Amino acid sequence: MRAAVALVLFVACVHRQPAAPPAAPAVAAAVREAAAPPVAIVHATIWTADPRGTRLQDATLLMRDGRIAALGKVEVPAGALVVDAGGRVVTPGLIDAHSHLGVYASPEVPAHADGNEATSPNTAEVNAEHSFWPQDPGLTRALAAGVTSLLVLPGSANLIGGRGFAVKNRPARSAAAMRFPGAPYVLKMACGENPKRVYGKKAGPSTRMGNIAQVRAAFGAAQDYWRKWDAFEKKGRAKGDLPPPRDLRLETLAEVLRGRILVQNHCYRADEMLLMLDVAAEYGFQIRAFHHALEAYKIADVLARRGVAVATWADWWGFKLEAFDGIPENLALVQAAGGRPVVHSDSAIGVQRLNQAAAQGLASGRAMGLPLTEDDALRWVTLNPAWVLGVDRQTGSLEVGKMADVVLWSHQPLSVYALPDKVFVDGHLAYDRAGVARPSDFELGLLPAEGTP
Amino acid sequence: MTVLAFVLLAAAQPDLAIEHARIHTGDGHKIDDGTLVVRGETILAVGASAEVRVPDGARRVDGRGLWVTPGLVDAEALTGTVEVTQEDSTDDSGLDGRYDAIRAAFSVLDGLNPRSVLIPVTRIEGVTTSVLVPHGGLVSGRQAVVRLAGDSAEAMVVRSPAAIYATASGPGRAAAFGARGGVMLRLRELFDDVRQYARRRQDFERNQMRKVGASRLDLEALIPVVEGKLPFVVEAHRASDLQAVLRFAREQKIRLVISGGEEGWMVGKELAAARVPVIVSALPDLPREFEALGARLDNAALLARAGVQIAISPREHDGPFSRTLRLEAGNAVAHGLPWEEALAAVTRTPAEIFDVGALLGTLAQGRSADLVVWSGDPFEPLTRPRQVFIRGREIPLRSRQSELRDRYRDLRVARPRP
Repeated sequence: MRAAVALVLFVACVHRQPAAPPAAPAVAAAVREAAAPPVAIVHATIWTADPRGTRLQDATLLMRDGRIAALGKVEVPAGALVVDAGGRVVTPGLIDAHSHLGVYASPEVPAHADGNEATSPNTAEVNAEHSFWPQDPGLTRALAAGVTSLLVLPGSANLIGGRGFAVKNRPARSAAAMRFPGAPYVLKMACGENPKRVYGKKAGPSTRMGNIAQVRAAFGAAQDYWRKWDAFEKKGRAKGDLPPPRDLRLETLAEVLRGRILVQNHCYRADEMLLMLDVAAEYGFQIRAFHHALEAYKIADVLARRGVAVATWADWWGFKLEAFDGIPENLALVQAAGGRPVVHSDSAIGVQRLNQAAAQGLASGRAMGLPLTEDDALRWVTLNPAWVLGVDRQTGSLEVGKMADVVLWSHQPLSVYALPDKVFVDGHLAYDRAGVARPSDFELGLLPAEGTP
Repeated sequence: MTVLAFVLLAAAQPDLAIEHARIHTGDGHKIDDGTLVVRGETILAVGASAEVRVPDGARRVDGRGLWVTPGLVDAEALTGTVEVTQEDSTDDSGLDGRYDAIRAAFSVLDGLNPRSVLIPVTRIEGVTTSVLVPHGGLVSGRQAVVRLAGDSAEAMVVRSPAAIYATASGPGRAAAFGARGGVMLRLRELFDDVRQYARRRQDFERNQMRKVGASRLDLEALIPVVEGKLPFVVEAHRASDLQAVLRFAREQKIRLVISGGEEGWMVGKELAAARVPVIVSALPDLPREFEALGARLDNAALLARAGVQIAISPREHDGPFSRTLRLEAGNAVAHGLPWEEALAAVTRTPAEIFDVGALLGTLAQGRSADLVVWSGDPFEPLTRPRQVFIRGREIPLRSRQSELRDRYRDLRVARPRP
C-alpha cells in the first residue's frame, strides 16, 4: 500500500512538479515511527559530525518519534528508555554511498547476480529497486557495523546502468519499505574499462572513445525526449493531444537533465573524470559524485571547484590498470583541496569497516603533513555520503530534527577495536551487540544447533 | 663465503640500537622498556633496556613511545607474482585452465619479479616476508617463502619449495569435474601414483609401470609431501570438507595445513587434535557461498581457543591486499583473539608453519633482523610504520604510490593543465 502511494506520487512528480524531490514518504515514515518510545543515551561523548565538528562531553542524546529531539544537557522525559553510554562515543549512523547489497546478494551464486543488466550499454530504464532482495544477509552485517543508510546501485558493466536508490537499513519485506523516505533516485554511470570489456566483443563500445560517443548519443536523445514532453505539457495537453510515447530509458535520462536524479559516476582515471565533466557540461547535467575515483587527487582542485564529491576506498587499488595510480592519500588530498571526500565500500565485506577505512585515510593524510581532524574523517562516512545520496538535511550528522540514526561505539570509532554496541535507525534500536542478532530469512535454520560453539 | 659476506656487511654498516621502545617479540613476550641491537643482518640482543648493552659506535634510535615487532609474515600472498590482477599478461601466479588439474611442480618463484611495484607498497606497511601462493587447478604448485627485499628471486627466497598448495574449493572442484567426490578421488589417485613412482622410478622410466595421472615432475614434487616432510596446504571452507581433508591427511600420513577454513570453528577440536594449522582471514562473515554458510568474525578466536595453531592473512585473490595484514590481525582481536596471539598469527606462526621459524618471525638473539618500528599499536589504522628493516637494512619508505603522491601533493605548484 505504502509502496503504491509512493509510486503514484513519484510519477506525478516526474511529470508535473518543478524540481523537488519526491514527496511521498513523509507519511509513510510517520506511520512507521509512531510506535517507538523516546530513547535517551546519557553520559555520552557525542561526535556530531556536523560541519563545525562539534563534540559534546558527558552529554545526552534524546530520540523521539524517529528524530533527534535534543542534544547536550537534556532533561530525560518520563517513560524514555535510558541507555547509559558511560563515556562511550556516539556518532551518526554510517552511510555507504556505494553498495550492491541486495542486488548482488549472498550467497554469490548465479541466481543472485541481479546487479548488472548487461544486455545493453545503456539500460537507464532499469531500477536497482526491482532487483533488491531485502533478505540479503549482508544487510544484517552492515547494520552490525553501524551502517544505517546505503545507496544501492546497479553494477558498472554498462555506461548507463540504471537507477539506484537509497535505503534505510532496517529489516523489511520489500525494497519499497526500505526505501529512504524523500531521497532522490540516482543514476549509475560508468567510464573506462568495464563497459568496453563487457561490450567490446558484442556490438560495442569497444574503446573509450566509443564509451563517450554512446553517452553523448544517449543524452542527446534524452534532450529531444524532454523537449517533446515539454511541448506536450505546455501546449498539447490543453489542446487534448495524445501524450508522446513514454520511454522509460529516456525518461530516466530526462530526469537527470531536469536535475531530479543524481548522477553517480564510476570513473577511475583523472583524464576520464575531466572528460565526463565536459560531457555533463555539454548536455547540462551535474555529476553528484565520482565513484572509485582513484585519481581524484590529480584533479582535486577541479572537483572541489565543480562541487563534485569523491566516493572512494582507503586502500583498494591496482586490481586493474585504470586503478594502478591509486594512492592511500587520495581521501586526504581531496579534503585538503576543499573537496568532499567519501569513503564507500562497493563490498559486502568492506561496508563492515567504513570507520576503519576512514581512519586509514586520515592516518595517511596526517603522515604527509595534512592538518586533518578526526571529525573530518568521521564526515567521510556520515555527512559527506549523506550529501551524495541527497539526504544530508535528513541524516548524516547528529543535529536536532534529523533522523535518529545513531551508533554507540565500544571504543572511539577510528580504532580497529571499535564495534557498535547499539545501532539506532529512525530511533529504533535496530542492533544490540548484547542481544541476539536478527538473521535474515535466508540464514534461519541453516546451521544445526550442535554447530554452535 | 657467507662468513665473508657477513663480515663485509658488518663492516659497511654500524650496529643499530633501538632503545627504550615497547618491544613485542612475537612469541608472547612484551618488554615495556626494551632495547634491541642489530649487527649486520641479525639481532645481536633484545631485552630490557637496563640489561642490554649498546655497543660503542652503534647508530641509536630513540624508541620512546614507539612499538617494535617482528616484520610481519603474510602466510598467503601474491606479492611480486601478479602486478595488475585483471591484466592476465601481468599474472604469473598460476597456470590457466588449459593445463591439467595437477601442477605440483609449478613454482611461483619462477615468475617472481623483484622489481614489482607491489613489493615496496607492501613492505612499507610492515610486511617483510611473504609466503607466495600459486593459484589454479586442483594441486596448484609450489609455495615459496620470500623476503620483500632483494634484486633477484635468489636474493629474496628464504625457502622454496615451502609447501605444495591445493584447493578443494572453487577452482579445485572445477578441475575435478565439479564435485567434492571428484576432488578426493583425484587426490587419492595422485598420492597413490606418487608413492608408486617413488618406489619404482626405474620401472617408470622403462615404461613398465601402470599409467599415472600426473607428469613426472609433478610426481617428483609431491614425494616430500607423501613422506610427510613438506606441508600440503589445502584450501577448504565447509566443515565437512575440512573433515574430509583431515581424513585424507590421516590416511596418507601427511603434514596438512588448511587455508581459508571459514567454517573451521565448527571442527576446531578435530583440527587441534590432528595438529593441523589453519591460515584464516579475519574478515569473512557472510554466507558468500554454500561452502561458507557458517563464516563468522570470531573464527580465528574460536579456532585459537580450541587449540588450533592459526596464521592470519588477507589471503589475497582479487587484488593487492597483503599490505592490510596488520588490520586483519586487529580485526581478529576486535572479535575475541588475544592481542599477543594475533601478533603471533602474523609473525611467528606462519614462519613456523613454513619451517622458517628458526630464522625469522620472532625477535630473539641470532634471528634475522626483520623488524618494524611503529608509532603505536601496529593493528590500529591510525598507527604508522616509522621504520622497516629487512636483514638489518633500513627500507626507504618509498613506493610508486609515494612518488605519485609527491608529484600531485601541491596542485598549485605541479598543476598540469586539467
